[in-house]
Amino acid sequence: MEVAVFLLFAALVLVSALVVVLHRNPIYAVMSLVVTLVSIAVLFVLLGAPFLAAIQVLVYTGAIVVLFLFVIMLLNVSGDGSTAFGLQKIVAAGAAVGFSTLLLVLFWGRFGGLPLSPLKEADVALRPLARALLGTYLLPFEMVGLLLLAAVTAATVLARRGESEKT
Amino acid sequence: MSFDLLATLAKTALWMALLLQVTPIMVWVERRGSAMIQDRLGPNRVGPFGLFQSLADAVKFLCKEDITPAEADKFMHGLAPVLALIPALTTFVVIPFGPDVTVLGHRVPLVVAGAETGVLLLLALASLGVYSLVMAGYSSNNKYSMLGAVRASAQLISYELALTLAVVAVLMPVGSFELNEVVRYQQGSFFGWLPRWNVIPQFIGFLVFVVAAFAETNRLPFDLPEAESELVAGYHTEYSSMKFALFFMGEYMGMATLSCLAATLYLGGWHLPGLSYSGPWWWVAAQGMGVLVAKATLFLFFFVWVRWTFPRFRFDQLMRLGWKVLLPLSILNLIAVAALTVGGVL
Repeated sequence: MEVAVFLLFAALVLVSALVVVLHRNPIYAVMSLVVTLVSIAVLFVLLGAPFLAAIQVLVYTGAIVVLFLFVIMLLNVSGDGSTAFGLQKIVAAGAAVGFSTLLLVLFWGRFGGLPLSPLKEADVALRPLARALLGTYLLPFEMVGLLLLAAVTAATVLARRGESEKT
Repeated sequence: MSFDLLATLAKTALWMALLLQVTPIMVWVERRGSAMIQDRLGPNRVGPFGLFQSLADAVKFLCKEDITPAEADKFMHGLAPVLALIPALTTFVVIPFGPDVTVLGHRVPLVVAGAETGVLLLLALASLGVYSLVMAGYSSNNKYSMLGAVRASAQLISYELALTLAVVAVLMPVGSFELNEVVRYQQGSFFGWLPRWNVIPQFIGFLVFVVAAFAETNRLPFDLPEAESELVAGYHTEYSSMKFALFFMGEYMGMATLSCLAATLYLGGWHLPGLSYSGPWWWVAAQGMGVLVAKATLFLFFFVWVRWTFPRFRFDQLMRLGWKVLLPLSILNLIAVAALTVGGVL
């Protein structure tokens, strides 16, 4: 049963991710991204991390991808294939392969090869997660918050600058 | 099949049966209620008090011609109304309707999915509702639909923040995401006679929640995505027949689930002081469900009452209310509740 669910959603992740990259119509690409993210959330549940799954759906599919859609619809981006930069595609593919290799090497060195041992209940339950985020890793957590604040401030300043130039 | 699976199926069937009744009944309440408020009679010809009007409407919906505009995106046009039902038919799983009961020697919690993530799962599933509106607006290839869809996504994102922060404030003194814990926390009383419901200590949070709930369900005074005076019918302008009815059902079932959530978070959920919740399991379940439905009905009637009392907002007013009034209020409420929780008052 679990294996069947895993296979179904793993396939969905891969297929929908391919559609995201390959579809000409940006609206379809974004809708496909929604399928990818929800399927990954299902995989999180199978891995015994329901909190991560809920947050994934709430934050990514519920808010961030909606903003993607919003921008695409407002700018009325059409899918006529004018975004096909040859060089950019090659660089992007190279960077993706390089980054995955780096991750694989790092994980291999840290955890000693595949298959990895499963996460313990104590690692993914809510209380230990909260203790880790707001205790052990408080500094990095707050730094991420600061980074987001800086991004929000910068976005506001950029939006405001255009406004003052007009008037 | 294992006993647990059967129990889950039975509970799901119970919820589905109740939720599917909500739309016809609420349409009747809405039409008769609006008539009462506006000093009219309303539909009173089909059946006693016009009660079978919704039945006649359902038959009408099924018999009408289903039109897809020639230039529409056919696939998405068909998918959007189906997606409208997903949040409506999934979010009820975490709402408890009674204490744990023992059936044939098995312990059965009276909630479909007593997940640790609880209300978070509900908010996550509910947040998927916006895609149906956006898809409908985009695929119709109609300017009014598109404007409705853009408004819907902006509105839903803005009000989700205030709504979620109000929910977080409720969860803080409880210390759990599970709604059954929230209900348990609200048992007991203030001063020996006032029920210990969250609506009393967290009245500001309650106000924020209710106002945001109106925006989340696209109800008047916040039904800008379908404002008929400017957008014809907004995102469902190009929908007819049963596809239109699905949007309609999604809206009313969304209202019902949010009402159940509001009753659980702020009015003590399935628990009512004075009821013992003892006896055979079906009696306990009936008591719990009855109390929950009664409390949710209060909210549902409030939805109707407000709709026929207030005029529609302008879109900039809506955005200003969301970001400059509700969000700061909900943050203030969060800080106050945090201080009271740490101080040991709540």
